[in-house]
Order: sequence, then C-alpha cells, then structure tokens
Amino acid sequence: MTLGSVPPKFKVGIDRDQCMDCGRCIENCSYEVYRREGDKILIESRKCTACLRCVAMCPRDAITITEKPVDYRSHPVWTREIREDIINQARSGKIILSGMGNARDLPIIYDRLLLDACQVTNPSIDPLREPMELRTYIGKKPSKLKFRKTESGDVELETKLAPNLKLDTPIMIGHMSFGAISLNSHLSMAKAVKETGTYMGTGEGGLHKALYPYQDRLIVQVASGRFGVNIDYLERGAAIEIKIGQGAKPGIGGHLPGEKVNEEVSKTRMIPLGSDAISPAPHHDIYSIEDLVQLIRSLKEATEWKKPVFVKIAAVHNVAPIAAGIARSSADAVVIDGFRGGTGAAPKVFRDHVGIPIEVAIASVDQKLREQGVRNEISVIASGGIRSSADLAKSIALGADAVYIGTAALVSLGCRVCGNCYRNLCPWGIATQQPELMNRIDPEMGAVQVANLIKGWTLELSELMGAAGINSIESLRGNRDRLRGYMLDEGMLKILDVLPAGA
Amino acid sequence: MKTLRIDAKGMHYTPLNQKIRAAVADGVEEITLDNVLGQRFIGDGLRGNVKIIINGVPGGDLGVFMSGPTCIIHGNAEHAPGNTMDKGMLVIHGSAGDAVAHSMRGGKVFVKNNIGYRGGIHMKQYEVEAKPVLVVGGTAHSFLGEYMAGGLVLVLGIGKEKSMTDRGIGSGIHGGEIIIRGEVDDYLLGVGAKKIEFTESDLERIAPVIKSFCEHFELDPTEFLDTNYTRIGPASSRPFANKYVWE
Repeated sequence: MTLGSVPPKFKVGIDRDQCMDCGRCIENCSYEVYRREGDKILIESRKCTACLRCVAMCPRDAITITEKPVDYRSHPVWTREIREDIINQARSGKIILSGMGNARDLPIIYDRLLLDACQVTNPSIDPLREPMELRTYIGKKPSKLKFRKTESGDVELETKLAPNLKLDTPIMIGHMSFGAISLNSHLSMAKAVKETGTYMGTGEGGLHKALYPYQDRLIVQVASGRFGVNIDYLERGAAIEIKIGQGAKPGIGGHLPGEKVNEEVSKTRMIPLGSDAISPAPHHDIYSIEDLVQLIRSLKEATEWKKPVFVKIAAVHNVAPIAAGIARSSADAVVIDGFRGGTGAAPKVFRDHVGIPIEVAIASVDQKLREQGVRNEISVIASGGIRSSADLAKSIALGADAVYIGTAALVSLGCRVCGNCYRNLCPWGIATQQPELMNRIDPEMGAVQVANLIKGWTLELSELMGAAGINSIESLRGNRDRLRGYMLDEGMLKILDVLPAGA
Repeated sequence: MKTLRIDAKGMHYTPLNQKIRAAVADGVEEITLDNVLGQRFIGDGLRGNVKIIINGVPGGDLGVFMSGPTCIIHGNAEHAPGNTMDKGMLVIHGSAGDAVAHSMRGGKVFVKNNIGYRGGIHMKQYEVEAKPVLVVGGTAHSFLGEYMAGGLVLVLGIGKEKSMTDRGIGSGIHGGEIIIRGEVDDYLLGVGAKKIEFTESDLERIAPVIKSFCEHFELDPTEFLDTNYTRIGPASSRPFANKYVWE
C-alpha cells in the first residue's frame, strides 16, 4: 500500500510508578488496546478511541491519553481530518460513515444567546418559596373553550379536548432504537422517565418485552422501515411518533447492519436473525403532505383517536413551511431535529453538512405557526444538540414546548462521546448488543443517573425562570424578549427575532 | 353464525370502523358493508377472525395494521391496501392503487386485476408464521417489490401478452422473492435484483398459493401449474454492505 498508515489518533501511556498491575484496563478495554505479556501490560495506542473507560476504571489514575500525538504539517485549509478522509476514500472508494452528532467546529447559537434576570423594577421569584409551574402538555390545544350549564347549575366543558401527554418537566428523552443501543440503556432511561414524570422515545426498533412495564411513559416510533410496528406496539405507546427525518442525516434512511441483529433485536424488530434492517429514505406510503395526513389518521384510527401522534422532521432549509403543513395534517406535535442531532451511524458528509441549527429552526417554525394562527394546533418539540438546562431554557424562550435529549442522556449513562457507536464494542455498555458489555450498565443505577440529570436540569430551569420573574413555563415559551443575542449578526437576530445584547 | 349488515352510504370512516369494532367485540363473525365509497382505513388495526364483505370501493389503507380478519372486496381498492398488515387477508375483486401491501409482515393480499406503482414495497417476513403473500392476477406498474425484505409477490399476467412491462422490478430487494408468469425482460429488473431459476420445487411451494387465488376468483388453476415463471430475488442480502467505510 503506497499510502502507508495514518498517524494514530491517540497515544496511551501508563505511569509505571503508579500502576499496581491490577489489569482492569485490560478487562475494560473492548477495543483491545491493552494486553499482558509476561509481567508487563503492553499498549497498542492505534486501537484507542478515547472512550476513557480505562481511565475511569484505573484505581491509581495511572493512565494518560494524549490526542493527536503526531502532528501533520499545520495547514488551515488542508486539515488533518480532510487529509485523512481523502486517504480513507483513496483506499476504499466508499462513503465515510461516522457516529454521534455533527463534529464540525461551527458556532453554536445557544452560546451566543443570553438569558435575562430581574433587577429592582420587577422582583425575581425564589423557587424554594414559591411554586414553579413546569408542567407541560404536549398535543393540540383548543383555540377556544366552550362551556355549558348543566341542569343542576354546574358549568361543564363542552369543547372536546384532544389527547395530550402530561410532562412534569419539559425534558423528554428522544428516540434511540433498541439495536442502536442496548436493552440496559433503554431500561435505565425508561425507569428514569417514569420516575421524573416525563417520556422517552423507543426509536424504530420495536418494543422489547422488558419495557412493557414502562409503556405508559413511552412514545413508540413508526419509521419508514416499519420495524416492530403492529397494532400491539401502537396500542402500548403513550403516543406515536412518525419519523420522517433525523437531524444527523436528513433525507436519507438507515441501515442497521446484520451483525447487530441478534436474537433479541430480531424478535423486537420482527426481522430475521442477522439480516440487514433497511429503512428507506422516504416512507413509501408518503409522497406528499396529503399522504402524511393519511398515515397520521391511520395511526389515530388504529388506536381509536386516544393517542397523540407526533411527526419528527430534520431541520432543513424550509423547515417552517413544512412544519406549518404538518400542523394542518392532524398531527399533535412536530419534532424538529437540528443538524447537531446524534446518531449511531451516518454518512459523515450528511452528519457534518446537511441541515440547519435547531435554534433557528425553533424560531422560524414558531414564528410561522403564529403568523398562520395555528400554533395552538400543534406542540413543538426541539431536539438535536441540547446540552444543558441553559440550552433547554433558550429553546423554550425561542418557542419550543419541550425538548428531546439524546446524547446528554447517554453521557449520564457513561458515554464519553468517542463516536464509535457503530462498532458494537461500546465499552460503556450503551451502543452494543454484546451481553458482557451491556451488563456493565446496571439499569437500577443507570436510572438514578439519568433521573439525576433530568432533576438537575429541572431545578436549574426553575431557578433561571425564577430569576427572570417567571413562575410558569407558559410565560417563558416563545418569550424572546428574555433573550439577547451576543455577537450574532443582524440577519441572524432577525430570524431569531431577538434583540442584540444592550438593546 | 352471527352476521351484521351496515349501510355505509355517506358514512365517515371513524363511525364506520367504530361499528365494525363494536360488532367484532359483540361476537359477529361476518359483516357486510354496503355502499362503501372511498371510506379509508376500513379494518384499521382490527384483530380477530371476522369476515368483512365490502360492496363498493373502499378508500386508502384498507386493512392497515390489521391482524387477523378477512376482507372480501367487491370492487376496486385505493392506495395501499394491506399497509403494514400483520395477519389476515384481503381479496380484491378488481384493481388496486399504489403501494399495495406496503411493509406487510404477514397475511395475504389477492388482487384479481392490476395494481399501481410500488406494489409489495418493503414487504418483510419474520419467522414462519409471518410470511406475507401478494398475488396479482393482472399486471403491476414500476417498482414492484422494491426494497423487499421477505415474503412472496406473484404476478400472473392473466389476459396480458406479457405479465410485466414496467421497470424497476425488485430494486433494492434484499429478501423474499418475486415470481412472474412467463418471461421477464432483463431491462425491467431493478438494481440489486436478479433472476433465479424457477424449478419444480418452487412450483410445488407456490402451488397452494396459486390454487387458493384461483379458488377465490373462480379460475381454473391447472393452466398456471407449470414452470413457466420467472423468479426474481436479491443479488445480495446486504445490498448496502459495500457502499460504506468507517471513519
């Protein structure tokens, strides 16, 4: 091979004075970086992904991992990554796949939005002392309410209300399928959402029997492959989500490789053992907005109009008119997945270059729905790169009803964002179907960690709202007056409908 | 046998399905729907062994998510009958629109005449009991059996000089089989599809399906019980396996 090898991405070192030779690094590293030869632990740095499992498990802090130990000649245009991608494609002639979300160093709009707080002229509220209303209902809201008087003189509601999901906090866990991630990860998250009064998505992987006890907290997904979808599945979910697109790879489908289709995954997805699970790019029964209406109504009709139906789309250039179409399509919520959304595997060129940021998508969708007088017809759920309670508060202030988190929930389970989700070797037991790796997650403990994250963010959201003198999530929603842009250009501020800091 | 007749004239699909569900819950074994005209979703998500006789033209997504019942349609059917169906049967005494048997996992769809585009698209199978079958008496438009992952699509081409004249047959197929009466021109095959020899043992395997189809439409099965078929299957069970390289 005239191309030779590219430099290793990481260099692993063991401080031999500190090392007590316990071998936990060898046991924990599923990438086989470490091996024992004689009385020495040897290292093969090239295999390292910087998942940091060994570092976390080393009792002596003896391990160091250095990124990019070998420099290329620096160049601002022909970066290391660009050069290595070319070498990879020169070897293979194929599409490059990658894991996790967009890894380009593009400006993050959330980080250039600042939240407001009260001083002197209006009092802030102490959430310790006063109730903070974070309860969020996801689903259609009536444009007006009609009441009637009963014979006994009581007043009762005449308007028929559409089914809504009741969330105790506006944080849900987004759709990551069983297959892409392990059963123990799913169980941990399902237990956590049950405890914290919120919901999680099943992803397009069907519903494993072990999750049935949490079904009233699960949003079942119907994607283009229709894997695991039958009437039983639809009836079990608290809500149903049609996945049209995904922020990490807008416009394309998904392929779960046969290697990941073990017995449990096969049963749950209802596909033969070891076969590729191919989700086509579009739903082949949806070629128009009218067809989308038909699928939504077929799902509602199947479940006797008892469940809200969501439609998830990737944030793309025309996201606002698309969402407005969805608002008129009998859907109860639209999920917008921004270009930073995560994935188990996506073509790198899509992950890094297709779609738009979630911040502008929320703002333009909310604006369009309000202009057209249909904002009440549909809830807006934002996802794709929500990293903290600050991102959550800013999303709601831009116009979202709630958010889906994905990567953040996985990080609370141990994920270190190494981006090798597709290899079925996840040393943290998350993106793997190997029992000995998956069992590294104890669902009871995992549930505590995920629930802690949701609780922590919820507390922070209450504090942020209190500081801004807001005691109800409804008063924060779409309240762009409580945001200011910092170092954002005029065009961006206009799209966001946010004033610059100081104004 | 407990039966029920419903006049569907001018009725919206929701109350119609509610009546059907209530009847099934009540133990009715045969329901006749008269004057059906475009009502969608008939039998949507319905379970059980009820037989539904539909007189008229049902709308889209007939039998979608259905799990068990049999529908006999005396008329044509619209878009996507048998969509994501799990179990049961649709017998259409006429033609049907696009995406017939879309994503069907089990059960049977028999169409006496022709079907539109993308028939049998993404049909899949799981274990022995869930193996979907789509039989078309006449012909089908383009992309028949596209993305097919399992099951059987059979086209008999009755009354046609050639059973299939539209392109894209089995494009992206990675499981299951498409069997077409007579010869099929090579240029009609989609990407990833290939012809496989149709043998006596294949005939033996599909003979019960042919006989059942003929019985429903009062045809003589003997003229179809020979090996004059073209069998089309996947060139690879991993059509995308060679497209990607990891980062």
